[in-house]
Amino acid sequence: MTSKEMITIESDLLLETLSEAKEQGYVLLLDITAIDNLHKSHPPMTRFELVYVLRHENFKDVCTYKVPVPDPKIGVHTVTSIYASADFAEREVYDQYGIYFQKHPMLKRVLNHNEFVGHPLRKDYEITKGQYCTVSQDMMDEMTPLLKAKNLDPDKDGLMIVNLGPSHPASHGTIRTMVALDGEKIVAAASEIGYLHRGFEKSCENHNYNQIIPYTDRLNYCSALMNNIAFAKTAEDMLGVTLPDRGIFIRIIVAELSRVIDHLVCLAAGLLDMGGQTNYWYLFNPRNNAYDFLSKLTGARLTNSYMRIGGMAHDLYEGWESDLEDVLQKIDLGITESLKMISNNRIYNDRIQNISPVSAKEALDFGFTGPNLRASGVAYDLRFSDPYYYYDTFDFNMVVGSVGDTYDRMMVRFEEMNESMKIIKQAMKRIPDGEINVPDKRIILPNKECVYGGIEGMMNQFKLVIDGVKVPKGEHYGAFEAANGELGFYIVSEGEGTPYKVKVRAPSFYHIAAYPKIIENYQVADAIMTLGSMNIIAGEMDR
Amino acid sequence: MDVSNTYMLDDAIVTTKMDAVINWGREASLWPFVFGTACCAIEFMATAASRYDISRFGAEVLRFSPRHADLLVVAGTVSYKQAPILKQIYDQMPEPKWVIAVGACASTGGFYDNYTTLQGIDEIVPVDVYVAGCPPRPEAIIDAVLDIQRQLKREPKFEVRNTDFKGKLDDV
Repeated sequence: MTSKEMITIESDLLLETLSEAKEQGYVLLLDITAIDNLHKSHPPMTRFELVYVLRHENFKDVCTYKVPVPDPKIGVHTVTSIYASADFAEREVYDQYGIYFQKHPMLKRVLNHNEFVGHPLRKDYEITKGQYCTVSQDMMDEMTPLLKAKNLDPDKDGLMIVNLGPSHPASHGTIRTMVALDGEKIVAAASEIGYLHRGFEKSCENHNYNQIIPYTDRLNYCSALMNNIAFAKTAEDMLGVTLPDRGIFIRIIVAELSRVIDHLVCLAAGLLDMGGQTNYWYLFNPRNNAYDFLSKLTGARLTNSYMRIGGMAHDLYEGWESDLEDVLQKIDLGITESLKMISNNRIYNDRIQNISPVSAKEALDFGFTGPNLRASGVAYDLRFSDPYYYYDTFDFNMVVGSVGDTYDRMMVRFEEMNESMKIIKQAMKRIPDGEINVPDKRIILPNKECVYGGIEGMMNQFKLVIDGVKVPKGEHYGAFEAANGELGFYIVSEGEGTPYKVKVRAPSFYHIAAYPKIIENYQVADAIMTLGSMNIIAGEMDR
Repeated sequence: MDVSNTYMLDDAIVTTKMDAVINWGREASLWPFVFGTACCAIEFMATAASRYDISRFGAEVLRFSPRHADLLVVAGTVSYKQAPILKQIYDQMPEPKWVIAVGACASTGGFYDNYTTLQGIDEIVPVDVYVAGCPPRPEAIIDAVLDIQRQLKREPKFEVRNTDFKGKLDDV
């Protein structure tokens, strides 16, 4: 899908290599992860290897650097000085694999709790070994240096230190932000995440590819189908197969519908935080209609698990067109009614315009993607820059903001819903007849007649269910334009039915890392709106 | 007798038990605190929105301060990191209080049988009603609220409930 390079470099040369890469235009550090080679059949020289995934400013090229780590206790030099997004990413690698990053400004656990012992993604850590946490950390180890850097003292300057979250109606899940307040103004902030860390990556290493699909549902649970598709597509890319056209069109339709309902819930909740409760009814009720359509199609309202590696569970049902048209009409009505109340509403406009603006340069540095990046004026959308699934043949526009403030982030989402509905309507007209699944017995289950009617079909089913789809040996980073931004899966396969390692590049993880920095110097009430507009979904952020 | 028909009360004197009157009042005025963490919280949003409308059962006054609430709705996965916070919130709620575990994760840990997920919130706090599903449909959440209403009708006066419960995070 993307033109890719995998380069292995020595750990001493990491810093120079990445600065050179940035000068050559690799402005977006997508992800940092590590591989524990302990259980590999042909392990390389070192047990741990770091992986840095970068994207070029043409937004098409991806470059992957692999860095062998001779000693995890010595580790490698941090790259936070080059990319701000490395901050949380390196902390996660430290937390999960125990690899040290020299001169990192705040190297501490990010997903697991502070009393946790060991590093769970190491292959010798047992998956079920849970550890109770008795007391939450007080976060002052992060807050004190922040205040010190600004020459502030909580007592002398009369600052109040408050926790927003992790259980707070406006924290949209389980995000904790500690803020130092001067009156109503936030002078310093630090976020703590990991409260919804559910061990997705460790679970992937213990399940076969099709068993992982239900886990992907629960990453960004507001648009579950998109995660299904992104994961299935990455595995299919590794297998070197493409779906028949009808399958692709079904994926486009349900993916774009998911994008719409994801934005609906973001805006509904964001406006509810602001006090616009009527907007919540207008925007959430059409989402219920979309649920009806999806439950008729997939059997579930929220967590659909509709996709399979190499296709999907079944074809569209008879009469789906009229149901979907009805849903689109209701969504359209909901958006129109909601916009009527807010687009010329001074309370709405004055409250969120010029609040927490993020410039294009900053946004790239923070690793923003998706609507949050486009709001800052960067025209990056994988559907345009590196089109997959015939997206280049559809007539739709990219929505780009100008200032990157809370207003832009919300309005970009409003407009994107209209663009997605345009795609759905075109796809409904163009969808061909035919097969939906890849015609390959090594990937797709045989039909039930074959299973019950003959030994060959039965063995075929048995092997696929017990062993799973065997993905060829290799490493692959697959990216997908999900509702919140670039959703990437970095899969390491040993040629078996179970992946050796899966890393999710979750857009929300990078958005929340920037959040405490962009709310500084704004009021608490603004911070709540900013969080709402960024659409942080804890499921994909904490995984 | 059915005291919901106030018209009947015009000139009448009703004799009843204190428990019955108090529980009759409680039944239709449960104030939930939604400890929403994950996917189930989105289904709780649907339960509160106008189609399923939880206010038909008197439970629409969602409180986000535990000190105002008497029904703790734990909607979503609770990790070991989250557990002390759940406990703190439960402890802050005044008696009498009830707890609903919404969904597979809150009830048993669900399919997250791994190093990070609490295997059921009943390891930390006492649970009155478990709701199956991943996530449960809004009807199932409403059914759980009705179940609590049925249970509390039988509660005696002002007694503190679940005094013999011992959670994993008690006294640590």
